[in-house]
Amino acid sequence: MDHSKLDYSKSGKLSEIKINWAKPEEVETFAKTVKHYRQDKISHDDFRRFRLQHGAYGSRMTEDYSMVRIKIPAGEIHPRQLEKIADLSEYYSIGSAHVSTRQNIQLHWVILEDVSEVMRGLAEVGLTTREACGNTVRNVMCSPLANVCPNEEFDPTPYAIATAKFLLRNPLCQSLPRKFKINYTCCDDHGMARIADIGLIPQHKEIDGKIKKGFKVFLGGGLGNWSSVGYQLEEFTPEDDLLYTILAVIKLFDRLGNRKNMARNRLRYLVNEMGWEKFRSIFLKKRQVTRTTQSIIHKLDVDDTPQEYTPPVVSVETSSTPAGYSRWLKTNTLKQKQDGFRVVFLAFEAGDITSNHLRMIAQIAREFSAEGKIRNGFIQNMALRWVAESELSRLYSKLVEVGLAKTGALTMASPIGCTGTTSCNLAITNSHRLAKEIQRKFLELGLDNDEALQDSSIKISGCPNSCGQHEIATIGFYGGGGRSGKDMYPLYTMQLGGRADGEARLGATCIRMPAKRVIPAILKIIDVFKSERKQNETLSSWIQKIVEGKGETNVKSVRDIKNILEPLTKAPLIKEDKDFFMDYGIGESYHVKTGKGECAA
Amino acid sequence: MGKSNSTTIDVDSLRSSIRDKSVRVIDIRKEEEYKQDHIPGSVNLPLATLLSDDSPEKIVQLVNSFGIDDETPVVVYDNTFGALASRVAWTLEYIGHSDVSLLDVTFDTWKKICLETTREINDYPKKEHSIKLRPEILATANYLETAKKKNGSILVDNRERLNYLEQHIPGAINIPYRMLSSSEKILKPKEELKRLFQNRNISSDSELVTYCGSVGTLSGLGYYALKKAEMGNTKLYVHSFKEWKSLEKPTETQESAHYWDLSAE
Ligand code: SF4
Repeated sequence: MDHSKLDYSKSGKLSEIKINWAKPEEVETFAKTVKHYRQDKISHDDFRRFRLQHGAYGSRMTEDYSMVRIKIPAGEIHPRQLEKIADLSEYYSIGSAHVSTRQNIQLHWVILEDVSEVMRGLAEVGLTTREACGNTVRNVMCSPLANVCPNEEFDPTPYAIATAKFLLRNPLCQSLPRKFKINYTCCDDHGMARIADIGLIPQHKEIDGKIKKGFKVFLGGGLGNWSSVGYQLEEFTPEDDLLYTILAVIKLFDRLGNRKNMARNRLRYLVNEMGWEKFRSIFLKKRQVTRTTQSIIHKLDVDDTPQEYTPPVVSVETSSTPAGYSRWLKTNTLKQKQDGFRVVFLAFEAGDITSNHLRMIAQIAREFSAEGKIRNGFIQNMALRWVAESELSRLYSKLVEVGLAKTGALTMASPIGCTGTTSCNLAITNSHRLAKEIQRKFLELGLDNDEALQDSSIKISGCPNSCGQHEIATIGFYGGGGRSGKDMYPLYTMQLGGRADGEARLGATCIRMPAKRVIPAILKIIDVFKSERKQNETLSSWIQKIVEGKGETNVKSVRDIKNILEPLTKAPLIKEDKDFFMDYGIGESYHVKTGKGECAA
Repeated sequence: MGKSNSTTIDVDSLRSSIRDKSVRVIDIRKEEEYKQDHIPGSVNLPLATLLSDDSPEKIVQLVNSFGIDDETPVVVYDNTFGALASRVAWTLEYIGHSDVSLLDVTFDTWKKICLETTREINDYPKKEHSIKLRPEILATANYLETAKKKNGSILVDNRERLNYLEQHIPGAINIPYRMLSSSEKILKPKEELKRLFQNRNISSDSELVTYCGSVGTLSGLGYYALKKAEMGNTKLYVHSFKEWKSLEKPTETQESAHYWDLSAE
């Protein structure tokens, strides 16, 4: 058997870590500051601000533990970095790590006194937690399909990286009114450009006979209290204006953002309070001033030297491919714009991944991806890009062998669940586990393989705060508490028809559904859809029609769906069905218990 | 060969001691594994054999049969990241042997770096070891109950984080055993361990008691990590949390959070 394995780690070239995001001094400072805090030499509030600035959240009901958020700018991560995170998760966390919806990797339940050691380990491989939380510019995101997406006009990755470099530790961003999010995407269809403070989509434009690079820029979008879809700033923002645009928005936000009221201080409030036209005109003046007064000539340091890819040597296939290959191919991979290559998505359960799997992914990236690295996705997953089509079946065999071939990565069968009561202080329900339960059910029923469901999504938040992005899901849920007589039970408010693409809209509220009835409710909706749908209609387009009140048969509106689901909501007597009153996960009977929020997405 | 407080020994030093025949090496793996291959000159003491009767009299019998007397330097190794070896090393210390160290890599690593192994079974002339029990390195449940109040002892739970969060002895801190090792060695370098412990406010004059789930293996490793970092006066609660629970002593829990659901296991 001659498998010509490619080991890029040996050639060193492609898996080389080019950018060092870390600053080793910060490790010592953090350790020292924790000591001072414990000795009451600095106040609780000051310490909290400092801790968040360095990427450590408090955990549920305790500040003695942290959730450490590792920033992965543009979602790009190297095998050596994954291996390091695997070690750190075993040493200092729970032996699993979590991939977040903003491409970060999180380690939960780290003892506060050990956080500096996590930071030390990360610095060894060029990673940082700096400004991953708190009132700062958070991880700069970039589509996991950037540079390989068939619809994309050019690769935004170098711009995302340059933006992240420019803003990290920048004095301007150290004390903003509130957090600030920047998302680059590849195209209109794949991305989150319209639900960020600044969202950017690459586009070309012909100006004076020359093709110019630039962006479609969206401002003031975001989920959570007062969710909004971003406004497009102008038809075309040329590349040369990119930095001025970003700087002007941040400066305006810094100056005008509402610092007094935490609950109303994201950029979207400012935009909505002022009105878009007014905000835009103030913004344009600000950008003009920024352009002319910037004392140093600022330019984004965009490194767009073309990357080299060594196509893997085609190996001789000797063993047969395990069952399930075509299902996996259909639900987990996409064709790249480059002939002969595919992007392979790895599905986890609600973004959780064991240290051993992290190590295996590192190995697999070295062996199978011609770029020798991994991109974190937008939905708590990872993408392995530049896999030669000739290698796909061998890769699949390998993934099956190590337990990483879960199907449905790109379908409704991989729901998003925020951390919920597993670690978040504000959580009302165990949204994290619910996402896992739904996934298990969908895979058991083979629903990932159902084409009519493929372009739909399920997203779950454990409270109204939207870290689970429920408002942009085809079927979204946020947690709450219900009461039957004197007994409490966990429930979810269901929203329908949200989306984040070119036709971005927020989901319409449908019904409050007890936690233990959420799965039957989803299955019921699918049943009704199947009997109602027109030929070739997908679940998401059917729901779209209904949300717009344009249902054509028996089910015409959200209210009709509500009526169909109503019987599921009836609470039984506690002595008949105790389980109804308990949330998922080990625990006592349900009662709402929340602490002070630091907002753990 | 190593002095009595050297805790771990590296492969080069061990190999030269083996060449000088100035050391007795004990392999803690199962008998079948030992028979396959082992470090030349080593004798086999499966942990299960030791645990089946770990009375001092029985231990001394075993030690004698391996040709170990009070002066024989002993090195212990296993293939379980040093945890089983630690439990045996601690037992020897407890009956009064003063020169015992842990090989700083596992047997797998030993083989991976292509060092010599053999199938040859070794027999050594019987020796006479004395018994000078060292109760100061042993902790019992009763002792623990008052140790914190009376001596300001720091109780160290060496189990994994999620087990600890779910339930632990009141007041214990958690130092998971994996935190003590590096990717190559069963224990991190001394300076690194020192820093980790100092971060946790453990100092060289603290009294420390380590425990784990059942028989004192993970906490045995914890014991040696603290010793290597020269952290004060350390004891092993050898019967650990299993006994504590069976005695229905009080426990503590991190409440109101579903942390288990974050695990991808
Ligand atoms: S604050 Fe965010 S992470 Fe926490 S439960 Fe609410 S939505 Fe989930």
